[in-house]
Amino acid sequence: MSRRRIEGVRRWLRWGVLLLVAFVATGCSVKYPQSALSPVGKTAKEADSLWNLVFGIAVVIFFLVEGALVYALLKFRQRPDRQPAQFHGNTKLEVILTIIPALILAGIGVPTVKTIFDIAQRPTGSNVINVTVTGHQFWWQFEYPQQRIMTANELHMPTGTPVYLSLKGADVIHSFWVPALSGTQDVVPGHVNHLMFETNKPGVYLGQCKEFCGLSHANMRVRVFVQTPAAYRTWVAQQQQPAQKAALSGDAAAGQKLFLHGGAGGSFPGGPACSGCHAVLGTSAQGVVGPNLTHFASRTRFAGETYVNNTTNLTNWLNNPSAMKPGVDMPKLGLTSTQIKELVAYLQSLK
Amino acid sequence: MSTPEQVIVVGHEPPTATGLDNTKLAMWGFLGSECLFFGSLISTYLLYRNRVCAGCGPRPHQIYNIPYTSVSSFVLLMSSLTMVLALAAAQKRDDRGMRIWLLATALLGMIFVGGQIFEFTDFYHRGLSLSTSTFGSAFFVLTGFHGAHVTVGILMLLSLVAMSFLGRLGPDQARKVELIGLYWHFVDIVWIVIFTVVYLIPSK
Amino acid sequence: MATVVLEQRRRIFSRPTAKTGWWSWMTSVDHKRIGIMYIVTALAFFVIGGSEALVIRLQLAKPNNTVLSANAYNQFFTMHGLTMIFLVVMPFGVGLMNYLVPLMIGARDVAFPRLNAFSYWLFVLGGLFLYSSFALGGAPDGGWFGYAPLSTTLPSHGMTFYSIGLQILGVASLAGAANFIVTIINMRAPGMTLMRMPVFVWMSLVTSFLLLFAMPVIAVALFELMFSRVFGAVFFDPAKGGEPLLWQHLFWVFGHPEVYIMILPAMGIVSEVLPTFSRKPLFGYGAVVFSGIAIGFMGWGVWAHHMFAAGLGPVANSAFALSTMFIAVPTGVKIFNWIGTMWGGSLRFKTPMLFSIGFVAMFIIGGLSGVTHAVVPADAQQTDTYYIVAHFHYVLFGGAIFGLFSGVYYWWPKAFGYTLSEGLGKLHFWLMLIGFNVTFGPMHILGLEGMPRRIYTYPDGLGWNIWNFIETIGAFTIAASILVFIINTQRSRRLRAESGPDPWDARTLEWSTPSPPPEYNFEQIPLVESRDDWWHRKYIPGPSGAPVRVFAGGADMVDEGTAVVDEHGHGIHMPSPSYFPLVLAFGLPIMGYGVIYKLWWLVGIGLLVLLTGVYGWVLEPPTAEE
Repeated sequence: MSRRRIEGVRRWLRWGVLLLVAFVATGCSVKYPQSALSPVGKTAKEADSLWNLVFGIAVVIFFLVEGALVYALLKFRQRPDRQPAQFHGNTKLEVILTIIPALILAGIGVPTVKTIFDIAQRPTGSNVINVTVTGHQFWWQFEYPQQRIMTANELHMPTGTPVYLSLKGADVIHSFWVPALSGTQDVVPGHVNHLMFETNKPGVYLGQCKEFCGLSHANMRVRVFVQTPAAYRTWVAQQQQPAQKAALSGDAAAGQKLFLHGGAGGSFPGGPACSGCHAVLGTSAQGVVGPNLTHFASRTRFAGETYVNNTTNLTNWLNNPSAMKPGVDMPKLGLTSTQIKELVAYLQSLK
Repeated sequence: MSTPEQVIVVGHEPPTATGLDNTKLAMWGFLGSECLFFGSLISTYLLYRNRVCAGCGPRPHQIYNIPYTSVSSFVLLMSSLTMVLALAAAQKRDDRGMRIWLLATALLGMIFVGGQIFEFTDFYHRGLSLSTSTFGSAFFVLTGFHGAHVTVGILMLLSLVAMSFLGRLGPDQARKVELIGLYWHFVDIVWIVIFTVVYLIPSK
Repeated sequence: MATVVLEQRRRIFSRPTAKTGWWSWMTSVDHKRIGIMYIVTALAFFVIGGSEALVIRLQLAKPNNTVLSANAYNQFFTMHGLTMIFLVVMPFGVGLMNYLVPLMIGARDVAFPRLNAFSYWLFVLGGLFLYSSFALGGAPDGGWFGYAPLSTTLPSHGMTFYSIGLQILGVASLAGAANFIVTIINMRAPGMTLMRMPVFVWMSLVTSFLLLFAMPVIAVALFELMFSRVFGAVFFDPAKGGEPLLWQHLFWVFGHPEVYIMILPAMGIVSEVLPTFSRKPLFGYGAVVFSGIAIGFMGWGVWAHHMFAAGLGPVANSAFALSTMFIAVPTGVKIFNWIGTMWGGSLRFKTPMLFSIGFVAMFIIGGLSGVTHAVVPADAQQTDTYYIVAHFHYVLFGGAIFGLFSGVYYWWPKAFGYTLSEGLGKLHFWLMLIGFNVTFGPMHILGLEGMPRRIYTYPDGLGWNIWNFIETIGAFTIAASILVFIINTQRSRRLRAESGPDPWDARTLEWSTPSPPPEYNFEQIPLVESRDDWWHRKYIPGPSGAPVRVFAGGADMVDEGTAVVDEHGHGIHMPSPSYFPLVLAFGLPIMGYGVIYKLWWLVGIGLLVLLTGVYGWVLEPPTAEE
């Protein structure tokens, strides 16, 4: 290579490195709320320590092998004064280079198998909270059988208590994933799989369906609220109540009527009443197709946890659900704007 | 017109590196592949034979007619024997004997396929179809594919006979008969496995 | 006499005789022409599948983007995967196998030339069949591994096209595999013992065996899907006790060997290119061959590592974790041997060499990230995220595609008689290497930071925006590199820098023929005396151990192919062109359309076409009389 070309290459390299540093810097200043690299759950931490081990080993091997490659490329490039050595192999070296990776892999294998069995253990103790998670196209249903609570897309749990999740599939395969708390577990129709969530750190943790499940696979998200035991108990007590203690009035009352019995003639144009698919505890609405809406207004988001639970979004949703979430089961009901206003008022009364 | 040297000239086939015939080697490869094909179908069946959901139609032992299927299995097994006789005749260049035994093989195959069609119809009328249960799906697809293999075999046997009558089987007819024979024996052996696994092993 | 027999034969229509023009290619049974057609078709599909990837990258360039609807996105990513796997990497490898295996083992053609043509046409028609679904109400949209029960319930005909289209492509692969197994076992020139075969031929053999045994398994899965979708079977219906995991087991028992089907030919190419440009024999030939075979065997025992999150239980997960870790050993052996091949050599950085080095460098990364997947608890985080997307692109793009392009640049002068431009070739390489790493490198980060694969959109505020944007830039850089390659082929064809028979001073038999080789490859079937026979005909060890050129060696010894005479004094009889492979290949897609639309008369027509093809084929001698 001529001197000028080497200079040119150097300049390019310098710019490249600068650019790379700039990109990495921007990348690192960003927050990642759904990261698998900042675990707080017990199983997620176990997975993370294994990841740190294998990643460390991989980085070392990467530099050794790529280094050897680059060294060979620089050292043995064609020069007029050198003849290539004509050897066919070196049995001793080859055997050594076969045994070393085998040993390294065995070294990784032992803690891997140990952790696999650790994670698979079912938590014991009287304080374990059982939650049945059912994956639907495209939302999550959470049932607390001991507490008799049914909710959707937002899981509440206390710190310091193991939560044992039983995962069931209603239609197709989904995968339940909240990276900060645990690795993923597929939700397979006809099977019951399990996950264990346990952490001491209160907070809101994000997750989403990880196994492709159809049109709105991207819109099947989940939010876990890890609360102090006291806050969790309050939440449970509130969820166990029926939605309304007092009678409704105004728009909300009209909305409830629409919700339970539909519009004039007993149904909305093009569809039955909301109660055909949704349940609200303490009313005659007992539908099981869509999410249970008993304490709908206490949820921060809706529609597979993709939209903030506010008046604008609810209005748009009732106007045309599939425009906001493709493939959703809920049909476009052809409601009038008055009907929508009344229904929104009713939904917002479900505290 | 039938000396070995001329055989080589006709096919322009140079001697192979291993001495094995190319077509025969390819057939063995194909049959190896078929083992995995039927292996996967049989695995599916084994998974589903005891998984008849409540109210999803008959269970295996409620519907199988073992004596009936034993007879048709015996017919298919006999066809392997006639196939061997056909090959022996072909190697002796006994064209008449070869045609007779090939036809006999095809005929036995047809009896077997006919029996299978009858069995399918009977099962269907007794409430087992492709969509009644996973058992139904697995049973019909497995045995159906086997029946399709037998049917293809029958077509090949009849084609051999027709080509023999038309004088277009060529001087290496024994090789062709042997090739089809390999396939035929394989299909028979697969049936022995299916008969054992599907019909004879008792279900719950 | 034999000719008498031939003359008596009545034919329905006369055989094709064209030597040039469209018909000569359509009816060709010459392995070299078929090989070229395979590669050109694969490259065309590469452009199509790449364009799909570009649209996908545009959609993901920023959060809440609306370039594609959810429905279109699902079709695009599914077809991108299917295209790149079944219509690009596999046929690209098969194309090179076609062109090279007979030349490398000293044969005049493959064992079954018409079967070879059939494989090719079936592949083309299978690809067109799959793509026709775009115009017929929607392409497959259930992901390339089509997990049931989703794949049985998706409403468009897309997944039915998938179940039948892949079946057609599978038949093509199966026929090709049987053909190459027989060719490699039976058609070797005298002296070409198994352990003298070029590594590319070895890898072709292993690949063919994998195809032979993997294809029937996916065939059963696809039939079960087809019967479920079209005829109401309930194989995967959970309401009737159907087992969704059955599909996964069948699919991955095929799917993992499939990965090796895609990568082994590229490994073979690299094992040919590195020695040539290092001017050294391959380091540890035996180890490279046996590790290839070992990968072939072990590839059958690791399938459930695709199902670590499916809930198979700790025992199964542990077993498959260990088997997956240990398949890394033979892979590592290959890497060491390739570096060992360069060690102490005299390296010439021509374009084919650059691509091979790129293969090794990128494959190391893909291999290492593969080992991290074997760590089951960590994989529970990585699986189905962009981390896995990064991993398999490092293996299949950084690996297979780089290796295949290395092969294209390396053997181009053999096939066409002129070399591709080095300048443009190097530009292609560097653009592709940089574009590739900019596209797929950040995917590791995205995956670990929680971005699942196969999502058509993502909200703002998850930290994914910047990386996705960078990746989109990278994807267009790759597209630019492909454009450079296309320009290169056209420019080099115009300039025609005559290459001569052996431009790289290479080692294996194909370089002993003229460029391009005559239809019959070798005037005299070569007598092989050693591994790298052609090299040893050109060089002998000198006093210092360094190779010394034999007087009058090399180009002077090239078979110039002037006299077309064989040892019997007759002209060399090559198999004649035929219509029937093409006819036969048309039968299956016609039947496929019939099944999808339940038009039983169309199935009948397809069957009739099929039988016409079969009987025409059987009744026609391989070689027409003069």
